[in-house]
Amino acid sequence: MTDLKVGYYPGCSLQGSSRDFAESLHAVAKALSIELVEIPEWNCCGASSGHMLDHLLSVALPVNVLLKARKAGLPQVMAPCASCYNRLATASHEIATSPATKAQVESVLQTSIDKLPRVLNVIELLAQVSDRIAPKVTKKFEQTVACYYGCLLVRPAKVTGFDRTEDPVEMDKLVAAVGGKTIDWSFKTECCGASFSISRSSVVGRLGAKIMQDAVKRQAEAVVVACPMCHSNLDLRRGEINQQLEHKTDIPVLFITQVIGLALGLPKKQLGLGRHFVPVKFPAKPLAPPTVP
Amino acid sequence: MSRIGVFICHCGENIAGTVDVAAVTQAALDMTGVVHAVDYKYMCSDPGQTMLKDAIVEKKLDGVVVAACSPRMHEPTFRRTAEEGGINPYQCEMANIREHCSWVHEKGTPTTAKAIDLVRFQVEKVKRNHPLVPIRVPVTKKALVLGGGIAGIQAALDIANTGSPVLLVEKSPSIGGHMSQLSETFPTLDCSQCILTPRMVEVARHPNITLYTYSELEKLDGFIGNFKATIRRKARKIDEKLCNGCGVCQQKCPVKKIPDEFNEGLSNRPAIFVPFPQAVPNKPVIDLANCTYFKNGKCKACEKLCPTKAIRLDQEDQIEVHDIGAVVLATGFKTMPVSNFSEYGYGKYKDVIDGMKFERLASASGPTGGAMKRPSDGKTPQHVVFIACAGSRDRLKGVPYCSKICCMYTAKHAMLYQHKVHGGQATVFYMDVRAAGKNYDEFVRRAVEEDGVKYVRGRVSRVYEDDGQLVVKGVDTLLGAEPVEIRADMVVLATAVQAQNDAEELAQRLHVSYDPYKFFAEAHPKLRPVETNTAGIFLAGTCQAPRDIPETVAQASGAAVKVAGLFSQPELTREPIIAVVDRQPPPVFSHCVGCFLCKSACPYQAIEEESIKNRNGDVLKVVAKVNPGLCQGCGTCVSTCRTKAIDLQGFSNEQVFAELMCI
Amino acid sequence: MVDPFEPKMTAFVCNWCTYAGADLTGTSRIKYQSNVRVIRLPCTGRIDFMMVLKAFSRGSDGVIISGCHPNDCHYTSGNYHARRRWMVFRDLLDFVGIDLRRVTFSWVSAAEGAKWAELVNEATNNVRALGPYKEIQQLAAVGID
Repeated sequence: MTDLKVGYYPGCSLQGSSRDFAESLHAVAKALSIELVEIPEWNCCGASSGHMLDHLLSVALPVNVLLKARKAGLPQVMAPCASCYNRLATASHEIATSPATKAQVESVLQTSIDKLPRVLNVIELLAQVSDRIAPKVTKKFEQTVACYYGCLLVRPAKVTGFDRTEDPVEMDKLVAAVGGKTIDWSFKTECCGASFSISRSSVVGRLGAKIMQDAVKRQAEAVVVACPMCHSNLDLRRGEINQQLEHKTDIPVLFITQVIGLALGLPKKQLGLGRHFVPVKFPAKPLAPPTVP
Repeated sequence: MSRIGVFICHCGENIAGTVDVAAVTQAALDMTGVVHAVDYKYMCSDPGQTMLKDAIVEKKLDGVVVAACSPRMHEPTFRRTAEEGGINPYQCEMANIREHCSWVHEKGTPTTAKAIDLVRFQVEKVKRNHPLVPIRVPVTKKALVLGGGIAGIQAALDIANTGSPVLLVEKSPSIGGHMSQLSETFPTLDCSQCILTPRMVEVARHPNITLYTYSELEKLDGFIGNFKATIRRKARKIDEKLCNGCGVCQQKCPVKKIPDEFNEGLSNRPAIFVPFPQAVPNKPVIDLANCTYFKNGKCKACEKLCPTKAIRLDQEDQIEVHDIGAVVLATGFKTMPVSNFSEYGYGKYKDVIDGMKFERLASASGPTGGAMKRPSDGKTPQHVVFIACAGSRDRLKGVPYCSKICCMYTAKHAMLYQHKVHGGQATVFYMDVRAAGKNYDEFVRRAVEEDGVKYVRGRVSRVYEDDGQLVVKGVDTLLGAEPVEIRADMVVLATAVQAQNDAEELAQRLHVSYDPYKFFAEAHPKLRPVETNTAGIFLAGTCQAPRDIPETVAQASGAAVKVAGLFSQPELTREPIIAVVDRQPPPVFSHCVGCFLCKSACPYQAIEEESIKNRNGDVLKVVAKVNPGLCQGCGTCVSTCRTKAIDLQGFSNEQVFAELMCI
Repeated sequence: MVDPFEPKMTAFVCNWCTYAGADLTGTSRIKYQSNVRVIRLPCTGRIDFMMVLKAFSRGSDGVIISGCHPNDCHYTSGNYHARRRWMVFRDLLDFVGIDLRRVTFSWVSAAEGAKWAELVNEATNNVRALGPYKEIQQLAAVGID
């Protein structure tokens, strides 16, 4: 199988709080013959602070990253963190649609911008190589899971241009490809509270509780995510969530890369499964459906 | 040799105060071809006109220039006068020395010089005027009404009552349209079918109306007054003369589980069916796609059991060609499908329905006999949420326009629900309430004050199913954007009104313009709402834009009057300011080379192809020909023509260049 | 004493919008310079650009072309054709060496009486500043017309 070379933008979370995401991603990439080439000298994408404080900064920072990728000869860049992905994709979209912004950024960066590399999120990358997955499955992932997409992977539609915005299905398809069953539920893109995790974690508790409650009610044995923030709010903050639920839940939260890694028979250590707050164990006892809090 | 008369009007002081009229008169007399020039205080007055007529006779004038106000003011006046004086009215032109001269310039030599120039221009033009004759186009006094909903029914009845025959063509097996599906109509809460069915019967019985149901218009050739309509009468597989409407065939048909279109899929119908009990005509039709006999040759139960032997399984479609003078388009609308709404479940929740389905639930003749029973399990919903503006006023995911009728029918639905379920609660999520008609606002107030309907101003971001109920997540903007979550038993979406699925295709076939949303385009949005830019084709009802029943009926009558007006004259008389393609003697026949650039430039499809043949019938040349019944005289074709084979009467090349020679 | 140069202006206007607008200028008694002579046509779509050249060759120093605003043409699309032709003709005029500043292309609706006056004044002033248009007349003098 030919190596698929893809530019890799880890951002801050993959090196820190979402090390498990990075570990499982690298393990799966190796197994599927994908070469992740870390962009040399990459800088911060700006994240939330960037676009809240200064528009030009919020575009110039990601564009600088993409220019470095292009210089390194990479036609595609994958950013596993959904926020980094959204910032890179938005900046790319702005350059393509606003000549005024493009001119400003070119002047700031002292270079001309012709064509920027395509920006992908982790689901898009895995979908690109989905035909490589099925033949390598050694142990089917036979669990029923709830795929939770969060807010940044599929919106806004004109920037991401990928999957349905209100009821996305691409991650569900990946889970199905490794033998899993996914539930049909309406909380796929409902808000989890995002960075209120830091400032008012009770909000995350309340919103996360609604999400978990619905997942458990529909017999999910785990929640599958593709974003470090989604993971942390549903896993790290499980305590706050359980405080708001009559019937506590201990179903685990897995990254899609961990799910695929398990199905490919990769060792648990390589997939970072030990780093979770909610222990990863199957089958999680299906609890009685909690009543409305 | 021309004998032109020039008449310079003082217009009181309006012209004479600024322009030296005596000088202009003198200058006119010096112009070649002018044999008579006078000035007068008020040319448009009786004595002024008499003077003009007398001059024509005395001086044997063959052309007249009146230098006075704008031709837009008095050209018809003086043309009539000239005609009374004995010359062709088109041999009279006006020089505008008032609006374009005396009123806008200071008194002085340049102004008088300009007046003289303007007169000279018109003298040169009128020398090249031809005596034009108004065009007479014969008119077939028979109308075609396309569409048998309330718009088509009203138009057909009005035209028929003026004495002209009407052919009413309806695609489905019965007339009635969407109005026949409604339970009650706002603002009176009249039973819809009770007010509609008498009209339907009147149409069927009217001696001047020929009713073709289950038929479609295949082709429309020709032009105003002279259309040829090709109608396909689809085979019902029934001999309508023998069928007495007993209904045995429908009872005995073994194929029973086809979703009933009239009941919006809430119930089933057999393969041989009458759309609804009050259908006109009350004759069944066989659904060929679902009938066992037509799928695999078996069954024929209806044929065996029909007491009058009316079943004709070998009946073929019939094609008929009719001569038609005018067409009224009344093809109606559809509503946006629920599956369009991703936030509301993509159509997968049975209890998230649209307005039309609600009408069938509420209707006494509907699948539940008018009882409020929700589609999924037949239980009576205790809490119903109505979502207004579903798809309308939505630039991003829907259509940007307002669908006009939904605020009213949502209030109506909420009221009907409250009347039928006394302990129930209706909640309406709205953006604005548009109730602009007569008694409309009072109607909505009734819903709130008398029937206890709750109105929440805000949009709904998501509807999902949970434990047999529907969770509706919205917001109350009047309470400062406070989130509202309701557990409802049924959700009714007021989905956007849209043009029919085949509207674009029909418009293209008929050469009628349409807008980006496929609604047919009126000739002028303010002043010509029932006409199209295609002469002879008129509009009625929702095929043009969303509207309610009173407006539809009014517009249908308006279209009918236009048709009656067209039919009231023995012939259609038109101004002869039209384009003409030249004809020459053989072997040239015409300077036209048949490139037909003119045809694509013409906004009125007024240019046709004419094959010039020799005696054996061989085609020698195909050249352009202007249809005098359609040409509006804009002249765009004239400047498009490469060989200058086409010219505009009244503003010919010769005339315009003659004017330019005066510079 | 030589008379100051007064340009000869020819205007090609459509009957339904600009001519009506010019009538409104008159009814409103708004004054403008009297150099212009109006040729009335049913629609700007009728304008053959040979007419414009003829106007110049007969001694016009400047030409004004004006019709209905796009989307408002009485005959639906005549003004679009005029506009398209003007886009092509403009390049041709330029190529041939005619100063494009002598031709003004505009839209004046039936309600814009003031705009007509403004248009005529502006165009006349521009052409007056450019001076008399001698080139074509010089060609005529050597037999090229």
